[in-house]
Amino acid sequence: MMTAETLVEISDLNFSYDTRAILNGVNMTMKRGQVIAIMGGSGSGKTTLLKLIGGEVTPSSGYVKVSGQIIHELNRDALFAMRRKMGMLFQFGALFTDLSVFDNVAFQMREHSDLPESMIRDLVLMKLHAVGLRGAHRLMPAQLSGGMSRRVALARSIALDPMLMMFDEPFTGLDPISLSVIGSLIRRLTDALEMTSVIVTHDVQESLSIVDYVYFIADGVIAAHGTPEEVKVSKAPFVHQFVHGETDGPVPFHYPAQTYLKDLQLEKTVA
Amino acid sequence: MQRATLDLWVGLFVLAGIGALMILSLKVGNLDTYNGSGTYVIKGNFENIGGLKIRAPVKSSGVVVGRVADIRFSTKTYDAIVTMNIEQRYQFPKDTFASILTSGLLGEQYIGLDAGGDEAMLKEGDTIMKTNSAMVLEEMIGRFLFDKASEDDAF
Amino acid sequence: MPKRIIAGIQKIGHRTIEGIRRLGHATLFFLLVLLKSGTSLQRFNLVVRELYYVGVLSLIIIVVSGLFVGMVLGLQGYETLQKYGSESAVGTLVALSLVRELGPVVAALLFASRAGSAITAEIGLMKATEQLSAMGMMAVDPVARVVAPRFWAGVISMPLLAAIFSVMGVFGGYLVAVVFIGVDAGSFWSQMQSNVDFRIDILNGFIKSCFFGVAVTAIAVFEGYDSPPTAEGVSGATTRTVVTSSLAILGLDFILTAFMFRGL
Repeated sequence: MMTAETLVEISDLNFSYDTRAILNGVNMTMKRGQVIAIMGGSGSGKTTLLKLIGGEVTPSSGYVKVSGQIIHELNRDALFAMRRKMGMLFQFGALFTDLSVFDNVAFQMREHSDLPESMIRDLVLMKLHAVGLRGAHRLMPAQLSGGMSRRVALARSIALDPMLMMFDEPFTGLDPISLSVIGSLIRRLTDALEMTSVIVTHDVQESLSIVDYVYFIADGVIAAHGTPEEVKVSKAPFVHQFVHGETDGPVPFHYPAQTYLKDLQLEKTVA
Repeated sequence: MQRATLDLWVGLFVLAGIGALMILSLKVGNLDTYNGSGTYVIKGNFENIGGLKIRAPVKSSGVVVGRVADIRFSTKTYDAIVTMNIEQRYQFPKDTFASILTSGLLGEQYIGLDAGGDEAMLKEGDTIMKTNSAMVLEEMIGRFLFDKASEDDAF
Repeated sequence: MPKRIIAGIQKIGHRTIEGIRRLGHATLFFLLVLLKSGTSLQRFNLVVRELYYVGVLSLIIIVVSGLFVGMVLGLQGYETLQKYGSESAVGTLVALSLVRELGPVVAALLFASRAGSAITAEIGLMKATEQLSAMGMMAVDPVARVVAPRFWAGVISMPLLAAIFSVMGVFGGYLVAVVFIGVDAGSFWSQMQSNVDFRIDILNGFIKSCFFGVAVTAIAVFEGYDSPPTAEGVSGATTRTVVTSSLAILGLDFILTAFMFRGL
């Protein structure tokens, strides 16, 4: 697996909203067949990274290369052609609420191919079968539980057999059973479809059990990276704090403020 | 919702909308007088048209047979030349009498055609020779008072 | 004090710049929607689907309001006209007010609050729940696939709804004046027909409602697409759609009326 070709290459990537820097010189490589986790606290720029890979936003400097093409230099048609080879699972599934489960999964096939309806039907049922929801194809998204709708969204995003799957917080708000169902689905589908999966998450335990490589992002830079085994035994303070969920450490408990005594006006302040 | 049901409803909606437009045009408006049978133009010179307006109806025995198309003032004869579009299906003799009448006391003014007895019919572009001007209220009142005054003198 | 005055002036300046910026955004978005309407025309069933939600579901409110507006016009018109002994002109009054003004304007106002707000809320929610982003990531342009069909459905529905409103209003006026009060049916219809002109009144009313349809739907789709992706953002955008499009309808109505009936 380590000798597999590189699918995604991120080089010296910078991104900022207005003047606020979100990402600051990020370098990553992702190989075919790997499941990669990108971890970090809330607001550390993880989701922005996925948007940069998908070409939704343009980097301030540096580049993201997917199968040899620099994403932000592609024109619209080329970008859309590239996106057909990508899949993205949004945080809460983002199923089309006005379409049934079946039509949601069939959406891309109908938009991008001239396949006959009978073949689309077979393909959709196959994709739904892969996530265990073949029986639910007539339901509307509103009738699904959180875990089920995320599985439907997963089936929808693999509809065109992508080479790169991105998962934005796939474990958020799920019960432990749904959580491990999604986790094992990600692993199994990655292996079966020989794709690359990028998971943005802060769920340490579930992701460490399924991924091949982990990047930690803090304050827009990569704080640490390594295989799950290396991470678990890491002595780096940030990784240790994150993996073990300690309240204080390099990521402070308190938001930066003036001293406590000053705020409570127990200390003389200069007017 | 099933595709067929949805199509049905939208079809009904569009038909109702088009139907409403048809009703507006035919029943509420006067598109039916713009019918395909076509019109022919006749003219009439009036000494005074009163408050006659373009598109005022042209009636015969109370039936609308056409509309006023144009009103001009002639500096040659110093009277008004009224052009009327008359429907093709209504033909009038040459000696038809045209007068400007008022519907009701304060109603709109229209042109009334009274058919004569001539064998020859009016043709496209012909001019009606016999016309009767509009009654102007002030003139009528003036004449009435004048008559009254002269009646009183007789006593 | 001068500091506060300067701050006030700055606020006015900021508001103005912000308003103009939004207007520019809206115009660009409108052009973008027109540019990307090809898909809607090729796959017309997308528009048909939206016609159901935008047009058919607005029918009830349009029919009922039209009927009542016509009935009130008939009643009020009769009360006033009978003082001058010309109650047979009530048909003319009802028809002219409806066809020229009330039909297009009131139908458009109702349409803005019924369908316009629904379009904004729907697009705004699709944005807030990342459905639009998801569509973009599936290499399907949300403007062409989601926005343009709704826009065209609105543009097609509006004149039809206005016509239905006017017809229902005339019928309502007929009910009150002829059936209940007893104005002569013949003179009701004939006076109406001889005074309502196809080109001047009906065609112009139709053109008005087309303009209103474009304005209301363009505002609705823009507000939805531009709304902040939060619950407050969507509800704010929905309110703005109703307020802005109502003002746009009334403003446009004045301008169009001035052009049509005064020949300015």
